Amino acid sequence: MRESPRSPLLELTLLRAKEFLREPEAVFWTFAFPVLLALALGFAFREKPPDKLPIAVEAGSGAAETAASLARSEFLSSVVLEREEALAALRRGKVAMIVRVESSQPVFIFDPTRPDARAARLEAGDALERAAGREDRLKPSIETVREPGARYIDFLMPGLLGLNLMGTGMWGIGFSIVTARSKKLLKRLVATPMRKSHYLFAQILARLLFLTGEVVVLVGFGWLVFGVAVRGSLLVLAVTCLMGAMSFAGIGLLVASRANTIEAVSGWMNLVMLPMWVFSGVFFSSERFPEALQPAIGALPLTAVNQALRAVINEGASLGAVSGQLAILAVWGAVSFAIALWIFRWK
Amino acid sequence: MPESLAIDCQDLVKKFTDVVAVNGLDLSVKTGECFGLLGPNGAGKTTTIEILEGLQEPDSGTVRVLGSTWRDHPHRLRQRIGLSLQETQFHEKWTVIETLRLFRSVFGDGIDPEELLLEVELVEKRDSRVGKLSGGQKQRLAVACALAGKPELLFLDEPTTGLDPQSRLRLWDQITRFQKNGGTILLTTHYMDEAERLCDRVAVVDHGKVIALGTPAELISTLPGANVIEVASDPRLSEETLRKVPGVREVQVREDAAVLVVGSLVESVPALLSAIESAGSRLVNLRTHRATLEDVFVHLTGRHLRDA
Repeated sequence: MRESPRSPLLELTLLRAKEFLREPEAVFWTFAFPVLLALALGFAFREKPPDKLPIAVEAGSGAAETAASLARSEFLSSVVLEREEALAALRRGKVAMIVRVESSQPVFIFDPTRPDARAARLEAGDALERAAGREDRLKPSIETVREPGARYIDFLMPGLLGLNLMGTGMWGIGFSIVTARSKKLLKRLVATPMRKSHYLFAQILARLLFLTGEVVVLVGFGWLVFGVAVRGSLLVLAVTCLMGAMSFAGIGLLVASRANTIEAVSGWMNLVMLPMWVFSGVFFSSERFPEALQPAIGALPLTAVNQALRAVINEGASLGAVSGQLAILAVWGAVSFAIALWIFRWK
Repeated sequence: MPESLAIDCQDLVKKFTDVVAVNGLDLSVKTGECFGLLGPNGAGKTTTIEILEGLQEPDSGTVRVLGSTWRDHPHRLRQRIGLSLQETQFHEKWTVIETLRLFRSVFGDGIDPEELLLEVELVEKRDSRVGKLSGGQKQRLAVACALAGKPELLFLDEPTTGLDPQSRLRLWDQITRFQKNGGTILLTTHYMDEAERLCDRVAVVDHGKVIALGTPAELISTLPGANVIEVASDPRLSEETLRKVPGVREVQVREDAAVLVVGSLVESVPALLSAIESAGSRLVNLRTHRATLEDVFVHLTGRHLRDA
């Protein structure tokens, strides 16, 4: 029955891990939420065959034949409408252009500032010429190109992974510490011979335990469901995730270093994370922001994680190629960890 | 400092922005004794005990615990003391045994967690989450954590506040057992019966100072009489009339009743009744008890402990 005591660092790490697993909400946010988000966005932006351009044909003599000729083109669909209905459909963008038949000749009615209208005009011209018996002199063969790594989901998955590293790193560490502080558990622990560094280090070790799970789940999901392959080496991916997680663990520790209540720490967390949700290129490229902001945006830890992850996953970048981003992460992590240790409130 | 002192502090002062919590407090606790800090809420008991535990720094004054100071040997002292804070809360998601294992792990020498469970009678709650424990069980867990490192000196800050009578009795037993095995205890409480039952010596603290010190019996004997009568009549008797009742040493008139400290009940009660009758008054209530530490506190401060 008697067991020899394990090291305090191990006890603290195991307890932190168990504490997390016994919190169903935390487990959901860490593992299920990013997968669900990826699933939803992946389907919203899924690959579809190119849309057919809709064209309205004004009712009248020859309308039915014209509509049928247009519909024979693989890029067009057609519908016969009364004049007023057709104009209304054009205004609302439901059709790209209107074809009217006047004394056996087509009249194209469209807005040339709309790219889809111009494309519709060219396709419709071709389709009607062919229907009228034109023989094409050139017969270009068509090669369809779909570059993996260029789809929206390919852009999105690394961003979601980065977002998850940030969220779980900061919430995971911040909540746990502030809860312990607000319940005087920290005060009780520092009244024992426990080493303070063990406590903080255990938080980070436990974080690493879950990090592995998180990354495997999200990367595996992207690969299996959406075919988002990791083109770079898995080792470089692992190093990047590790650096990202450590960096956010440090920032989380800093944010939680003095807060006394969950409300306070939540406010600080959101204040720190919200700008990165917007600027760091999770859902859309951060290059859309003005040039003047780019140096600042590039220095944000989430931007660095996302850039490095995209380089490794989508482009197969080597460790050397992402070293700049990793350096940014190391600085964020080390500086915030040092400040956190210095100002940490144990009571 | 003689080896027989477990705690020795002198002229302790601790000020907060709005209040002087400890105001020149002296205290010495002998090795092997159970010492009680007694006083109302806000008297400075918790601040004092936390300074002695090395959790707060005094503004001035000297503290020696087990022969050393917090400045010189913080880590070694932490290995030798055990404590429970006022309202310690452990992590609700940890189980009882996990909590004990953690506390055991930080001490070089200590008591096996399974033995601790037996000691505080929590064996059947071994694998329960802390969040599911009752108040009494949580407090026993706190005591078990305090004992985990086989301490020589135990600090307990209001260990039985809010407990049901059965849980209090169990805790008292544990404290007594710890003392029998050679341990020294410093506890704070505002329960007089607790102090009388457990403590070899008590210090009554008010406004950050020790206002009386001694064994419970010594302190009670400083009262002018050994018995107390609480009496209410309609209409009331004047304070002057009450003072003239034979054997009455002290009178305090409260809103609901008059409190008389007397030497002998046999002498004073019949005399009091006849005084009420001859004043044409009607007896509403009469209660008597042996003088307690509570009466000592009232005698010293004119206030009651619980609502002071």
